Amino acid sequence: MTTPERWLEKHNRKLLMDRSAPGRIGASHARLDVPESELPDAALLRDNLDMPEVSESEIVRYFSQLSHYNFSIDHNFYPLGSCTMKYNPKINDEMAALPGLSEIHPFQPEETVQGALKLIWHIQEILAEVVGMAGASVSPKAGAESEFAGMLMARAYHLSRGDDKRKKVLIPDSAHGTNPASAVVAGFHVVSLPTNEQGNTDLAALEAAIGDDLAGFMLTQPSTLGIFDTNLSEVIQIVRDAGGILYGDGANLNALLGKVKLGELGFDVVHSNLHKTFTQPHGGGGPGAGAVLVSERLLPYLPEPHVTRAEDEDGERFSLTTPPQSIGRLGPFQGNFGALVRAYAYIRTLGDVGVSQISEDAVINANYILSQLRGTFDLPQDRHCKHEVVFSAKNLKDNFGVSGKDVCKRLIDSGIHPPTMYFPLPDVVEESLLIEPTETESKETLDQFIEVMKLIAKEAEEDPDLLLNAPHNTPNTRLDEALAARRPVLRWSRD
Amino acid sequence: MHDTTATSHYSPNTDSDREAMLAAIGVESAANLFDDIPQDYRFPALDIPAPLSEFELRQELGDLAALNATPGDYACFLGAGSYRHHVPAIVRALAFRGEFLTSYTPYQPEVSQRTLQAHYEFQTLICQLTGMEVANAGMYDGATSLAEAAMMAARITKRNRIVLAETVSPAYQSVVHTYTQGHDNLQVDVIAADGSDIPEDAACVVVQQPNFFGYLNDLEEMASRVHELGALLIVSVDLASLGMFRAPGSYDADIVVAEAQTLGVSPSYGGPYVGVLACRGGRDFLRQLPGRIVGETVDTEGRTGYVLTLQTREQHIRRERATSNICTSVGLIALMSAVYMAAQGKQGLRHTAELCYHKAHYLASLIEDIPGYSLPLQGTFFREFVVQCPLPPSEVNRRLLDYKVIGGLDVSDRFENGMLLCCTDVNTRGEIEALASALAEIGANAS
Amino acid sequence: MNYPDDLKYTKEHEWLRIESETTVVVGITEYAADELGDVVFVELPDVGAAVSAMGVFGEIESVKAVSELYSPVDGTVVERNEELDDTPELVNDLAYGDGWMIKIELSDPSQLDGLMSAADYQQFLATL
Repeated sequence: MTTPERWLEKHNRKLLMDRSAPGRIGASHARLDVPESELPDAALLRDNLDMPEVSESEIVRYFSQLSHYNFSIDHNFYPLGSCTMKYNPKINDEMAALPGLSEIHPFQPEETVQGALKLIWHIQEILAEVVGMAGASVSPKAGAESEFAGMLMARAYHLSRGDDKRKKVLIPDSAHGTNPASAVVAGFHVVSLPTNEQGNTDLAALEAAIGDDLAGFMLTQPSTLGIFDTNLSEVIQIVRDAGGILYGDGANLNALLGKVKLGELGFDVVHSNLHKTFTQPHGGGGPGAGAVLVSERLLPYLPEPHVTRAEDEDGERFSLTTPPQSIGRLGPFQGNFGALVRAYAYIRTLGDVGVSQISEDAVINANYILSQLRGTFDLPQDRHCKHEVVFSAKNLKDNFGVSGKDVCKRLIDSGIHPPTMYFPLPDVVEESLLIEPTETESKETLDQFIEVMKLIAKEAEEDPDLLLNAPHNTPNTRLDEALAARRPVLRWSRD
Repeated sequence: MHDTTATSHYSPNTDSDREAMLAAIGVESAANLFDDIPQDYRFPALDIPAPLSEFELRQELGDLAALNATPGDYACFLGAGSYRHHVPAIVRALAFRGEFLTSYTPYQPEVSQRTLQAHYEFQTLICQLTGMEVANAGMYDGATSLAEAAMMAARITKRNRIVLAETVSPAYQSVVHTYTQGHDNLQVDVIAADGSDIPEDAACVVVQQPNFFGYLNDLEEMASRVHELGALLIVSVDLASLGMFRAPGSYDADIVVAEAQTLGVSPSYGGPYVGVLACRGGRDFLRQLPGRIVGETVDTEGRTGYVLTLQTREQHIRRERATSNICTSVGLIALMSAVYMAAQGKQGLRHTAELCYHKAHYLASLIEDIPGYSLPLQGTFFREFVVQCPLPPSEVNRRLLDYKVIGGLDVSDRFENGMLLCCTDVNTRGEIEALASALAEIGANAS
Repeated sequence: MNYPDDLKYTKEHEWLRIESETTVVVGITEYAADELGDVVFVELPDVGAAVSAMGVFGEIESVKAVSELYSPVDGTVVERNEELDDTPELVNDLAYGDGWMIKIELSDPSQLDGLMSAADYQQFLATL
């Protein structure tokens, strides 16, 4: 039955093509200020351009109405584990939009973009210092592309030594799926390593898996279980002795700034997701930006272009260069420069003291949640965590038939974004709830979250249907994902 | 002087908050929470600059920006994969609303309908513009879209030879080489642009339209030749050209890739941009399509809504057997281009394409008349064309800076003293004529 | 859950129905379908493809998981269930009926002896 609410709701969700009316325009049309030229052969021209015709005010209203349908960090707490959803400073966006940074063309001659190159060079240097590596490239456009670049460098390193048997990459089962996918795209095959009961790398399994075909080991520190591997020194020794490259996934760098430098521990490649640790807004799933950082022995293989600095009597000069044995280009240009501006602005704002404080506060906040929700949910690893903590809703599932997903959906009703669910994978932690508060949340916010989580656990016992049917206050109730996959409808079409 | 004790205005924790939380955790100091890090390596010093206030930061970045020659202050005639256009104010105003800007990947569809619906609009508008049946939600950029499309074609055809026309952007060709280098089975060939020598076992043939030097080709015949060999035709297209030129779907392209930066996104020294990957709609294509895809469905009350779908293709589920390792769809930039496409609409896209066309042709007509300069290529171009200069282009460009002009891209490796020039809607008649007269002076002084 | 007595079973949760001395029909058990959740796609081999005992013959996908399908026996695919292309939910709804997957012509009928009975399979499930 059509109620006024339903009717309005339906109208709000109408797509642009259905809002179209012939003759309307949504942008001012510049006048042609040069003589017209003859148009080319009609065989090359299109006669049908079926695009929307909507006025500017209607477009603004449409997208603004849709805004109410999203949670965001600006809106509320967003403890989505492994995603580091910290506050995105507004000044960073303003800086990235400076015309002298946003309007410059990627093919401008070097002498006309010295400011941009200087900024890139500085961020390369700063990131290498923070992670303790010999050099950095900021051309990757995301974490996954950094991983890919890092593994290509590992490959190039082995091949340059005539070591063409090294095709195997070891990856713990707790790793994010991107690690194995990236290793395969770079031409390796992957062997998954079990995690032991303490959440560390299983050393016996590692010993058994190494050999002269070992190309490398990809390890996330702290791991996706939010804990630092206490076997790390042994792991590094074993992999190095076997001739493997040690890859550090820096997705969780927010726990380590000023606390440890992965390069000093012996990692050969580390990547940093600048959009997480150094606050590029996530924009509904990108853009990201990645840095790939390397030890001395991998410097010759960095992607091109790499920014270098030279100094003479005329002053300093920055250039785009190709490292001698570069793996090549990851994109047509220099990476996601706009994201680099934001990362640079953020790091310069916090400075040496502030950057170390990030990790201290992120880790305190996560451990505080751990201490307050212990007992309410299962805690697979009951030890100090780093910047994130994994709980399990297995107790609620076993006792009351509600899953981690149901807890998450009920949390939505409180206006808080759910933690990450189903990751780490079910064979590592069942019904996992991966919670990452970040350092930009106050104790009061954490207390609210803790309180709500306890109430939800109580509801699970007293009135499980409240969870099973949640969320209750959103524009859509639970959506039929099976239907979407079985009979894909992936675009508007004229009825 | 009053001094604040807070270390950062981004983080609310005060010392007393920290003490209270540490007490609840049951440790004496925050340092105890890092006991599991090997002691010799714990708490290293960070040799990075001291903090800046927001006021100082504005100065610092303003100073850096001032070291660049900024288009706008300078007339700029660069294109070659990144284009300057007038961007309507609503693009940024809408895309930079916090609800979109600061949300994550829409894994919880009930609280991400704005993101999802915007992605769905992007997919739809890209399909409408390219004439293709399906588009994903976005890739890093046009070049990686191309590399992924080529590997996708190899999976679909179960063949291993990727064939690139020589007139595909050199940077895009490099990216294809980077992306395929780990796959010993994949081979990349470069062939003449007329497609006269396509290898019989090609998985795909990649052509660029207009080609890297700005010129268009009738690709209908190429498509049928490619299909006769059982290969796929991949077209790397300039989306701005589609306001007036034929859509690749109409000449039977199998996969279309493009850089959507040209639709409402500033050049920003090369990124962030968003890549387009569109294709035929069959299951054989869909299952091999990399990246995120949004689909329509219904909720428990029967209302329409959107979700991420066909996720089993992706790395977070299929891990080492995923179609790609990509984890982003560059949602923000895709949204900007969706708003741009909506704002331009049917009429604005055509109008802007024609502005580019007429301005570029006006510039070409002026340059053709300058002694010492010539156009080496014949045929139809859209908004870019090659000029042969009387001096090396690097030298011409250096001298143009004195006229406050940023010249074209040096393509002298392909054409003797060749320069690739581009005109878009933002190049005014004044700029165009200034470039022509500057080139005339430079040419006159050269001889 | 139901495990018909007239079928044979494997530890990979496939069932097999003997149609004649040389042909068998293969699908997955209700247990497997339930564990997977809503099935959204089934990838099956073409007719004429060779399959081998314990070898992968296809893939089955739910919304958030992918699993491989293992053939219980050696042989050649003589029919595939085309219905599953558009209605993969048949695997959930009618695991032993319309949700069948492939028909195989056996190369070695003696392999059938190595498969589990319904009772054996249920005992096996109890150990999981």
